[in-house]
Amino acid sequence: MNHITARVAWSLGLILAVIVMCFTLIHLAPGDVAIVIAGDSGAGDPEVIAEIREDLGLDDPFLVQLGGYVGDVAQGDLGTSYRFNEPVTELIVTRLWPTFLLVGTAVSFAIVLGVLVGVFTARRPESPISHGVTVFSLTGYSMPVFWTGLLLVIMFASNVQWFPVSGMRDVRLEGNWLEEWIDVAHHLVLPAITLGVIYLAQYSRLSRASMLEVLQSDYVRTARAKGLAERRVVYKHALRNAVIPVVTVAGLQFGQMLSGALLVETVFNWPGLGRLAADSVFQRDAPVLLGILILSSTLVVIINILTDVVYRLIDPRIRVGGASQ
Amino acid sequence: MTLPVTGVSPEQGDLGPPGRQALRLFIRNKAAVFGLVLLAAIVFMTLFGSFFYDQDPSRIIARPLQGPGEGDAPALGTDYLGRDVLAGVVNGGSTSLTVALVAVLLVAVIGVSLGAISGYYGGWIDVALMRVTELFQVLPALLFAMVIVALFEPSTRSVAIAIGLASWPQTARLTRAEFLRLKNLEFVKAARASGASDFRIIWRVIFPNALPPLIVSITLIMGAAILFESGLAFLGLGDPNSQSWGLMIGLSRQTFLNGWWTVTFPGMAIFATVLSFSLIGDGLQDAFNPKLRGR
Repeated sequence: MNHITARVAWSLGLILAVIVMCFTLIHLAPGDVAIVIAGDSGAGDPEVIAEIREDLGLDDPFLVQLGGYVGDVAQGDLGTSYRFNEPVTELIVTRLWPTFLLVGTAVSFAIVLGVLVGVFTARRPESPISHGVTVFSLTGYSMPVFWTGLLLVIMFASNVQWFPVSGMRDVRLEGNWLEEWIDVAHHLVLPAITLGVIYLAQYSRLSRASMLEVLQSDYVRTARAKGLAERRVVYKHALRNAVIPVVTVAGLQFGQMLSGALLVETVFNWPGLGRLAADSVFQRDAPVLLGILILSSTLVVIINILTDVVYRLIDPRIRVGGASQ
Repeated sequence: MTLPVTGVSPEQGDLGPPGRQALRLFIRNKAAVFGLVLLAAIVFMTLFGSFFYDQDPSRIIARPLQGPGEGDAPALGTDYLGRDVLAGVVNGGSTSLTVALVAVLLVAVIGVSLGAISGYYGGWIDVALMRVTELFQVLPALLFAMVIVALFEPSTRSVAIAIGLASWPQTARLTRAEFLRLKNLEFVKAARASGASDFRIIWRVIFPNALPPLIVSITLIMGAAILFESGLAFLGLGDPNSQSWGLMIGLSRQTFLNGWWTVTFPGMAIFATVLSFSLIGDGLQDAFNPKLRGR
């Protein structure tokens, strides 16, 4: 338990460091935000610009600006978007759910199917399917995710129109909550597969490797020696340990998945954080970008801690042994 | 003055018998050799392709969105403006490969130095450097790189730097782990006892022995950097004046449903390049670590 408390404390420091670093970075960037905003509203005159600078506190010393920002963030206030003129926190919160839905579905799909494939092939290491997994894991990893998405759209939303091309909802739909859910699920299929395939490829290979190792271990030999049915040995005893590396890796890859989601959301016009980030980049909407960077880093930190907890729960050796190194 | 430590440590041991054995294993690995040939073909196409297919990828040469073989279209068809897709594919590799190469050099320099210092000295230096590493690791890489590129003007240089800055932590951790593993072994102790400086021990004694896993990792990062570059270019965050596979796909995003070839072929080029690095990396891994084969 001590270990977890220490990690949480350290993580708060880490998030503070992220805030300071990103804020400094954006501060260092060339170009004047005030001119960008003034340009947007059609006026380039110096008085307007001076007023905007005054409003945003851009003339204050850097440390004062930084301190003010950190204080605001601590209270959940991420500032106001230059472009939307809305609180960044609200903008982000409304986009959070679609991203969660996308990443959550993709990763669940990848873990469940990946482990199944891994277990199946570990029991038949020389079978064609097993070699297929090796090939698939290499190709899956090497395909640019946005390209996979476009190809799936060409195949399944254009050639045969099984799924919608983009978006998260059909705006024409007027139905009850169940119909709405089915509509969202229908829109979710292609984006989730696009994002999930990369990880499915990695996890099937990873779980096969750990399963092969576990199946040769002493305790599995003992389980077999005492006459347990092979099914029970594999699914009750070995599977648990083969899942550990997959869950750990999936947890540690969360940041990477957010990056992937960003591209997938752009391909499918999925109204999540990634789209918001991609739009804000071109508008140089610094408060929104900062907010997304801070929030996503915080999520990565939280998921890392949860992974650590789950890891300890699944693997009793670590819990009892105490030290994880 | 440092004493020569030859004969005590497997200095530069990389081309000795273990290196030769690895090379033999690598050459026998069909997939890895295929990767190498594929990469050679792509590099050749990027460097000399325009001698064989002398078409300007930015020039409008035919009616837009004609598929391969349709009308007067060139071999791989035309894009939404009527530009030659094949010319784009032939010329698109230079940006991706240049960016990836510079980014990986940056990753290697930052990652290996920080990891080596961290692992070798340990103590508070290790703690401090690893915390910095962790800081960079929690930032979602693509998002971080996007912000850097967008804020500091998209150019080949800013893209390469952004990718490098977002990708070094993994290499630092790996280097650190190798140094932790190696630094207390006999040959390092012997070098130390013979009075070698820290600098010499780090770079001439430990580093050559840490190379095999680092070479594997750097090869794989090269593939990842290409994916990274093409992702940024796809989003429109690349040098707008350069040819790039990712940019070709990004520009065709609105029209690809009327012309599958405009995104399919540039994507295949990215895929083939990344695949070649994955295959080579995998082959090297097996060659250096025969016990892990097939995992």
